[in-house]
Amino acid sequence: MKNSKLAWLISLLLFVALFLAACGGDKEESTDTTTDTEDTDATTEEVATDEEQVLNLIMNAEIPTMDSALVTDAVGFDLLNNVNEGLYRLNQDNVAEPAISDGEPTISEDGLVYTFTIRDANWSDGSPVTANDFEFAWKRAMNPDTASEYGPYMMDGVIKNATEIMEGSMEYTELGVKALDEKTLEVTLEKPTPYFLSLMSFGTFLPQKEEFVTAQGANYAKNSEAVLYNGPFTLANWDGTGLSWQLLKNEEYWDKDTVKLTEINYDVVKEPGTGVNLYSEGQKDKAPLTGEFAMQYAADPDLIHESETSVFYFKYNQERLGEKTPLANVNIREAISKAFNKQDLVDVVLANGSVPANYLIPKDFTFDTDGNDFRDVNGDMAEFNADEAKAAFEKGLSDLGVSELQIELLNGDTESAKKTGEYLKNQLETNLPGLTVKLKEVPFNVRLDLDTNQDYDMQIAGWGPDYQDPYTFMNLWLTGGGNNKMSFSNADYDKLVSSSVNELALDPEARWQALADAEKLLIEEEYGIGPIYQRGLMHLQKPYVKGIVAHPFGGDYSYKWAYIEGKN
Amino acid sequence: MTKYIIRRIVYMFITLFLIATATFFLMKALPGSPISSASKLPPSQLAVVEAKYGLDQPIPVQYAKYMLNLAKGDLGNSFQFKNASVTELIMNRLGVSVLIGSQGLILGVALGILLGMIAALRQNTIWDYGSTLIAIIGISIPSFVFATLLQYWLAVEWSIFPVGLWKDGWMSSILPSIALAMGPLATASRFIRTEMIEVLSSDYITLAKSKGANGFEIAFKHAFRNALIPLITVLGPLAAGLLTGSLVIEQIFAIPGIGEQFVKAIMSNDFSIIMGTTLFFSVFLIVIIFVVDVLYGIIDPRIRLSGGSK
Repeated sequence: MKNSKLAWLISLLLFVALFLAACGGDKEESTDTTTDTEDTDATTEEVATDEEQVLNLIMNAEIPTMDSALVTDAVGFDLLNNVNEGLYRLNQDNVAEPAISDGEPTISEDGLVYTFTIRDANWSDGSPVTANDFEFAWKRAMNPDTASEYGPYMMDGVIKNATEIMEGSMEYTELGVKALDEKTLEVTLEKPTPYFLSLMSFGTFLPQKEEFVTAQGANYAKNSEAVLYNGPFTLANWDGTGLSWQLLKNEEYWDKDTVKLTEINYDVVKEPGTGVNLYSEGQKDKAPLTGEFAMQYAADPDLIHESETSVFYFKYNQERLGEKTPLANVNIREAISKAFNKQDLVDVVLANGSVPANYLIPKDFTFDTDGNDFRDVNGDMAEFNADEAKAAFEKGLSDLGVSELQIELLNGDTESAKKTGEYLKNQLETNLPGLTVKLKEVPFNVRLDLDTNQDYDMQIAGWGPDYQDPYTFMNLWLTGGGNNKMSFSNADYDKLVSSSVNELALDPEARWQALADAEKLLIEEEYGIGPIYQRGLMHLQKPYVKGIVAHPFGGDYSYKWAYIEGKN
Repeated sequence: MTKYIIRRIVYMFITLFLIATATFFLMKALPGSPISSASKLPPSQLAVVEAKYGLDQPIPVQYAKYMLNLAKGDLGNSFQFKNASVTELIMNRLGVSVLIGSQGLILGVALGILLGMIAALRQNTIWDYGSTLIAIIGISIPSFVFATLLQYWLAVEWSIFPVGLWKDGWMSSILPSIALAMGPLATASRFIRTEMIEVLSSDYITLAKSKGANGFEIAFKHAFRNALIPLITVLGPLAAGLLTGSLVIEQIFAIPGIGEQFVKAIMSNDFSIIMGTTLFFSVFLIVIIFVVDVLYGIIDPRIRLSGGSK
C-alpha cells in the first residue's frame, strides 16, 4: 500500500517535470534556430565592406502590427518608415522629398489634383511598385471592414470623399485616389492642403500590393514573411509578438546604393537600466536614457540629445461637467501660465534634455519656404513672471469675489509626471498666495476618461504632431473640436485657424501669419493653455555610429543614411 | 477516490466559470478603451472600429458571445497585436515563464528546505541565526532589487552570465531563475524550520529516539515528512505567484515571458488578453491546488480524500 502511493507520487512528479521540460525545451529550440539564421546571414554578407555594417538597437516596445493601415503606435511607424517607402520621404534635413514619386507631382491650378509619376522601384519579391498599389492601400485603409484608425484620421478632410466614406454615406471605393495607369497616380483633395506632400511620407499613405495582401488574407502582416517591403530594409525574424527582430538591407530597393548598413538587430528592452547595461557591455550601440539615468550620464562623452516635437502644457478646463470653473476667468489663467519657473523644471526636475516651452508649436518642427523655423515668428510668449502672475491672480480673485481658491490639478501617475506635478504645485502655491493646488494622479486611461468627460479643473497634457504643419496643433482648440475638451472657444481663433486650411491655403505667407496670430491669441491673450515644456530625449550612442536621422513626426528614425565608421 | 476526483473536476469548471464571469464584468468597468487612438477618432469612425471588434453590442450580449467562444476554446484576438490570436500569444510567451518559474521554484524550495532543516536541527546556534537572516533578506528585499543587483554584479561586473535578452539558451534563464528563487526560498525555510521544531518535540519522535534511531533517520524519515505538509499547502499559490509575479523580472532581463504581457494588457485595455491570461493563470492555480490536495493524502495518510460523502 505504502509503496504504491510512493510510486504514484514519483510518477506524478515525473509527469510534472516532463511537462515543464517540454514547455522549456520548445522555446529553447526555437531560439536556437533563430541564432542559426542570424549566423548564416552574417557570413553571407561580410564581403561587402571593409567594416562590418551592423547596428544593434534597443526598442522600448513590441511591434503591434506591420500593416500600414492598422499601425497607430510609434514602434510601428518607425519600422514602416525603414522597410517601406511612400510617394515622399523625409530627408536628412527633415524636409519631405520625392521617393517612390519620380520627381515632383503636377498640381492642378486650384491645388486640388496631384498627379504623381511612379518611379521604377521594386517590392522585395522583385515585382514592380505600381500606382495601383497606392490606390489599393489607401482605399483599404478607408474600407470599414479593415477598421483602420489612422486611415480615416489622416484622410478625413484631406483626400476627397474621405469624410463621406467615414460617415457611411459613400462607398470606400469612391475615395479620391486613382491609378490612371501602372505609372500614374492621381490624387484628388477635398480642399487645397498646404502640407499634403509632407503627409505623403506618413506611414498610413504607404503602398500595399493588392495581389499579395489578398493572397495572405487574415495572415497579412502576421509575421515578417507575410509583408512585402519596398524600402531601404526588409524585416526578418519577427514572429508577430516577439521581443526581437532584424532589418536586413533590401537588395530590391531602388536607392540601395545609398544604404550602407547590412543588418540592424533589435531587441525590446523596457527597463532603462538594462538598456544601459547592455550598452556598456557593448551589445547595443544606442540606449535611451530616462529619469535618473539621464542625470547619471549627463557628463558621459557618448551622450547625445535629440529634440522631440511633443509639447506639454496646462489645459485649463473652463466648464467642468457643465458648470463654470474659476479657470473660465482669463486673469486666473494668465496668473497660472506665468507663475512657474520652467527653466528650473527642465534643468532640475526633468533633466532629460527637455526645454522650456513658451509656445505651442514646437521648435525645429516646421519651416517656411526659406527654411526659417515657424518659432521665429512669435518667439516666446507667456514667460515666467512672478510679479505679473501675482497681479493677474489678485485681479482674478476680485473678479470672482473670493479671497482664496482651490484648484485640482489632474496628472499622470508615472514617476516623472508625479515629480513634475509636485514641483508645479509648489511653484503655483508659492507664487500665487491664496491658491491651493490639489494634485490628482491617475493612470493614463483614467485621465483620458476624465478628459473626455471634462471632469477636471486643469491638467498637464501633451501633444505630438501627426504631420509637419502647425495646423496639427492649432486645430486642437477649434470650438467644439474633438480634442478641445476644455470649452475653449474664441471666434477670432476659429477664423484664423480655419482660414489656414481654406481661403489662405494657397498663400503660404499669409497663412503662416494667420497661424502665428492664432497661436499668439491662444497663449498670450486668451491664455487658453499654459505651455510648460517641449520634450527632449537623451541617448547614449557609440561614437562609431553615424548618420542616424531623427524625425519630428511619423517614423522616429531613418537608417537609410546610417553607417558604422571607426569601430575597429 | 475516483468519485472525489470527478467531483473536484466539476468544481473546477464551476470555479473557472465564476472567474471568467467576474473578470469579464470587472474588465468592462475599467476606464479607457482598447482602441488606442480612440480620442483622435470622430464618433462615426470610432463606431466602425468598435463594430469590427463587437464592442458596439450591449455588454450582456458581448458576455454571452465571449462565453460561447470560450466553450469552443477560442480566446479571440488581441487588440494590441493586431494580427495575433490570444492563444498564439500565450503559447509564444508561456515557455519562457514556465522555465524560469519552475527553475526558480525548484531551486528556491530545495535550498529553503535545506536551510530550514539546518536551522531546526541546530536550533539557536549560529546556523539557525544565519538561515533566519537569509530568510529575512529573501522576504524583505523585493525581487526586482535583487534582480538588478544580480544583473550588475554577475553580468556587468564579472561577465559570468548575460545581462539580459533571451539569446544564450539556458544561460539566459539562470539569473532570472535565481532572482525568482529568493521568495520561495525564504518561505520554504521558515515553514520547514517551524514545523520541524514542532515535530521534533512530539511524542513519537521521543519514542523513535528511545528506540535507538539515529539523528539522520529521525530527521528525514520521521520528522521531515510531517513538516512538508504545510509547505505543500503554500506551494500551489507560490508556483502561481511565480508565473504571475515574474513580470518585473521578465522586464528587467528583457525576456519574452507571459507575466509582463499580463500587466501590459491591463494598462492598454486589451480585453481579450486580459481574459486569456487571467483564465490561464486561474487554470494553473486551480490545477495546482487540486494536485496539492491529492498529494496530502499520499504524504499524510491521516488525511482522507473521500470528503463529505460517506
